[in-house]
Amino acid sequence: MRLRHTLLGLLSVALLGAAGFFYFAEQPELPVSKPPDKASFDGALIAKGAELAMIGNCNVCHTNSDGLSYAGGRPLETPFGIIHATNITPDPETGIGAWSEAAFLRAMREGVRRDGAHLYPAFPYDHFTKVTPGDLRAIYAFLMTRDPVRARTPPNTVPFPFSVRPLIAAWKLLYFEPGEHKADPVLSAELNRGAYLTEGLAHCGACHTPRNMLGAERNNRYLAGGEVENWHAPALNAASTAPVPWTREQLFTYLRTGFVTPHGVAAGPMQPVVNNLATVAEQDVKAIAAYIGAILGPPTAGRQERGPKAESTSDSRALGGQDVIANADGAVIYAGACAFCHEASGQRFSVKGIHLASSKVITMPDARNLAHVILEGIVPPHASPAALMPGFADALTDSQLAALMTYLRRTFSSQPAWSGLEDKIREARRPPKGS
Amino acid sequence: MPTLNVNGRSHQFEADGATPLLYVLRDDLGLNGAKFGCGLGQCGACTVLMDDKPVLSCITPITVALSRRITTLEGLGTFDNPGVVQRAFIAEQAAQCGFCIAGMIMRAEALLRRNPAPSDKEIRGHMSPNLCRCGTHMRILAAVRRAAGTIRSAAADSAPSKETRR
Repeated sequence: MRLRHTLLGLLSVALLGAAGFFYFAEQPELPVSKPPDKASFDGALIAKGAELAMIGNCNVCHTNSDGLSYAGGRPLETPFGIIHATNITPDPETGIGAWSEAAFLRAMREGVRRDGAHLYPAFPYDHFTKVTPGDLRAIYAFLMTRDPVRARTPPNTVPFPFSVRPLIAAWKLLYFEPGEHKADPVLSAELNRGAYLTEGLAHCGACHTPRNMLGAERNNRYLAGGEVENWHAPALNAASTAPVPWTREQLFTYLRTGFVTPHGVAAGPMQPVVNNLATVAEQDVKAIAAYIGAILGPPTAGRQERGPKAESTSDSRALGGQDVIANADGAVIYAGACAFCHEASGQRFSVKGIHLASSKVITMPDARNLAHVILEGIVPPHASPAALMPGFADALTDSQLAALMTYLRRTFSSQPAWSGLEDKIREARRPPKGS
Repeated sequence: MPTLNVNGRSHQFEADGATPLLYVLRDDLGLNGAKFGCGLGQCGACTVLMDDKPVLSCITPITVALSRRITTLEGLGTFDNPGVVQRAFIAEQAAQCGFCIAGMIMRAEALLRRNPAPSDKEIRGHMSPNLCRCGTHMRILAAVRRAAGTIRSAAADSAPSKETRR
């Protein structure tokens, strides 16, 4: 009885608080505007906006399953439910045709829809707020000159309480820091450009920074490794487990083409990113590479040595070495399925897989990426000279895959064995929700 | 001695566990339907079914195939009595040099066993790992559509006949 009173009391306080909060959380609706005449935009501005939109990866989320760019509809799986990317073509009814430039700038900088509703931070306005108004105007010019596509965005399936949009205002109070990026006078122009793009439009941290319980990026663990579409987004800071330390030049080639020796091919959710970066100004990709390189920091002497050392020791252990006996199943599967392309002795024709001792995914703290790569294979990114890796989803059972992965981890990395490997494999096999 | 279950029959042979399934099929069992194309899982000429799913037998070590049900081209029909998918490929004259066709038929078979009414997008997506250097893709697609139609109409024919029998 007493408990019930306490609960009732708490509930009424909460309701009163909520009423006050909702009043505070309200944002004005901006007037419906007539879709601007395409000819009213300057050609150079549109071209600039096109490149910026590529750096911002707008097309990655805002493209529907028919491949219609910017028509939206793609389901994004978040811990809070499935959120659909919206139609950002200038269709007045189903897209952003009725949005004035001011409404677009407000959405990008403050995360508020034209009608005043708060946008979910799945739309990374916590990064876009750093973009200059000049760049945002160019993106607006680019988007408003696309062909309008009539495509209604499917409703989100976000359960209560996350379905209450005004609550996003509370989230913003806690975690959202609006404001343009500020250049650091100590850094070079290139590093400043890289920081501006990486932290702003390119929103690298949206995937590569871990998030807290309420889905906000943990700024004290900036680029320390995050989560995206059931893949692990690897750490881009000193926590990187890449067996061979990345150089700035390697980062550039990887971001530009999707492949660099010895690190390998961009796979999974990174592929559309490198496909976009292949189309933009080279100096912008160089700037991003320089900035990420600076965050990674110079490798320690020990790490510097680790890569080549790993390659030479694993050579003797693979195929016919001692480890074959120690992990029979995995070693036999490796010899029959992987070695043809990944072993120097087995490489024939022009197909050369990377040496697995320099593989990024075998050393990662999360086993899912290696599981994804083996199960699904890798169709190389557009600009990459890498060969196709076939997938083994239908060839290997979960336990066979676990044996293979255990063998690879032990043979080609100095990292401890993965725990809960079979669960990770089941997770990697799970088809995405909402599609 | 390891045993493989191929086309409903058990076969015993001697080979190391890492030996590609393709080598055992061709060299030990004399089943030459699956072809050696690239030997690197790039072309699909070696496609066979393992538990009804398409696998590239040139990079599938036999150790993972021992407890599974393998189906090769020889398991779909004979020269005198070809299977549904084989007949469709013949009717559409899908083969030019024909080297890729065994793999194409097996991959198509896997799709139609799972889904006898695939959309064109599904057919193209499913068949995409298999390459044809002659360029008969349009005829291959037509053959897959024809086979799907045959399977569906056979299913439709057999359904009412059960009714009349009752």
